[in-house]
Amino acid sequence: MSSDASRLGFYLLLAPILLWLVVLIILPHVGLFVVSISEKIGPREYEIGMGNYAAFFQEPLFWRTFARTAIMSILATALTLILGFPIAYYIAKLTQGRTKTTLFLMCMIPFWVSELVRTFGWMILLRETGVISNGLQALGLVSGPVEFLYNDAAIMVGLVYTSILFMVVPLVTTLDSLDNSLIEAGYDLGGSSTAVMREIVIPHAMPGIVSGCIVVFMLSLGNYLTPILLGGKDSLWFTGMIYTQFITRFNWELGSAFGFLLLILSSLVVFLGLKLSGQSLSETMGRS
Amino acid sequence: MLPAPPDLICRDITKHFDAFRAVDHVNFEVPQGSFFSILGPSGCGKTTLLRMIAGFQEPTSGDLLIKGKSVIGVPPNRRPVSMVFQHLALFPTMNIGDNVGFGLRQRGVARAEIRRRVDDVLDRVGLPGVSARRVDQLSGGQKQRVAIARCMVLEPDVLLLDEPLGALDQKLREHMKVELKSLQAAFNTTFVYITHDQSEALVMSDNVAVMNKGQFEQIGPPQEVYHRPATAFVAGFVGDANTFEAKVTAVNGSMLTLATQTGAQMNVSAPQSGFDTGQRVDVFLRPEAIELVASDMAAQNGDNISPGTVTSVLFNGANSALTVRDTATGAMINVALPQTGAFAGIGTGDTVYTRWDPTKARCYAAPGVK
Repeated sequence: MSSDASRLGFYLLLAPILLWLVVLIILPHVGLFVVSISEKIGPREYEIGMGNYAAFFQEPLFWRTFARTAIMSILATALTLILGFPIAYYIAKLTQGRTKTTLFLMCMIPFWVSELVRTFGWMILLRETGVISNGLQALGLVSGPVEFLYNDAAIMVGLVYTSILFMVVPLVTTLDSLDNSLIEAGYDLGGSSTAVMREIVIPHAMPGIVSGCIVVFMLSLGNYLTPILLGGKDSLWFTGMIYTQFITRFNWELGSAFGFLLLILSSLVVFLGLKLSGQSLSETMGRS
Repeated sequence: MLPAPPDLICRDITKHFDAFRAVDHVNFEVPQGSFFSILGPSGCGKTTLLRMIAGFQEPTSGDLLIKGKSVIGVPPNRRPVSMVFQHLALFPTMNIGDNVGFGLRQRGVARAEIRRRVDDVLDRVGLPGVSARRVDQLSGGQKQRVAIARCMVLEPDVLLLDEPLGALDQKLREHMKVELKSLQAAFNTTFVYITHDQSEALVMSDNVAVMNKGQFEQIGPPQEVYHRPATAFVAGFVGDANTFEAKVTAVNGSMLTLATQTGAQMNVSAPQSGFDTGQRVDVFLRPEAIELVASDMAAQNGDNISPGTVTSVLFNGANSALTVRDTATGAMINVALPQTGAFAGIGTGDTVYTRWDPTKARCYAAPGVK
């Protein structure tokens, strides 16, 4: 009796997560896959085939945008790590009590407004008649207005800004768990700051670094707003192409194939990242 | 030839944290190859002092010399001292061999040479062949030895130990005390050990400094600190003691006659301390200095003899004790139970006589009263 009741309780508790997995994750992807392998041969006539995938590889614009998106996302992840690590180290190791809480909160405050508003904020700063351009002119450093928007650097700035919190949070958590006496022992045994960082701090922070990188990479790869708004017409992003196929071209079959390729790409890069850093997914996700 | 300077000299070391004075004009010297302990209650400033020697904190004033050279302003990674941390601070991301070899790698020693010296030092601490193991595969005592090996491989002038035995269980702690002492003798390195555990300090040290409120109360060999404590704090902190508050009623040479508040009379020998009649004093008496006398022998003469009733028997093997209530005054005193077995059958409620030699008690002027 009691074991039946506890089993029922177990399934009831399990139900929401199962429902979430099946209805919101597995079903849409199965649907996406089915659509992606349907070729349109006439009005309302479809047959199964890999034609949509072939179209992707035959058209250089498609796979170049794909590669460009991947490379820029990796670059954005690396930049976010380089910028986020010192911030996280400062918050976790060099501050205490109130200062620590305040700094941590200050990292989060920008995320209280929507990504769209934050991106428009960057546009106010970077556009031709924006704050930076006007400031440089006022200082006499440039003779005419300068356009900072609509190039890859602007996209990069936007991507790093959007995702840095997701790097800082797991890093602060892992660095917080590093016992200060380990750092002191490193110095005591004759280690320089670089050696202590390389041999003690970074190996300890590795799970945080990897989980932060995974999240930031996924967010950058799947970002739509930032590249479109800050990159302008010439800066193509793969999510933009998926949008075009679905909404503008009504070519759901090709759009689905693109979506599936993006999924394969992100899984592949994460897998390679884990292999290279010697971490396991469960370890990195369990820590942060 | 001049004698070698002591390995470590602290001259007037003071450390302020804002208005709080953590370490207050501390002076001491540690000769080469000796085991020096700093014993004090938590919060007395001993950790701050050790961290200043290691270089993690700079003294507000004073000078610190290692092998005769001042190390003020020298960062911790350039000081010829190594430290064994309270929780050992072995690097969990490295195996034992890499942990021990860490310091040598920083010095740029060749890889083959590092391996040879790491194996050699692990051999000397009695852990051959553990290089490839992970830190969490070792027991508490083994980790302890690895932490010492990691420091000793660098051949430091002074090894600092920050209560490294605190986390171990009783049995292992007793064992490690002996082992630390023999390791220190084997390496012939100067050890500076801080602890709040008096038995660790007494067992291992050549010299003990007792620290209280940032100041050294007494420095001396363990026997001297135990038997001839210089201050009331030392007498109360090191070892067990019965304490009485009393007033001097007569001075006869070095012999004082005292009266406690409860009316008991006692005679205490206090050479060269210059007490006056009417002065208030604190008397410290070790439980093992009190002799138990069976009732029928009570007629015998002796100083400080008084009848009492056993109120409890605190059996603890070799450290067994009795609490005895003085019949006349009602004062409670602790008496060590002799190991000869003479009083093995004693029980609560029995009547005994206590007797102690006037030279065994220590007498100090009561604080704040002239």
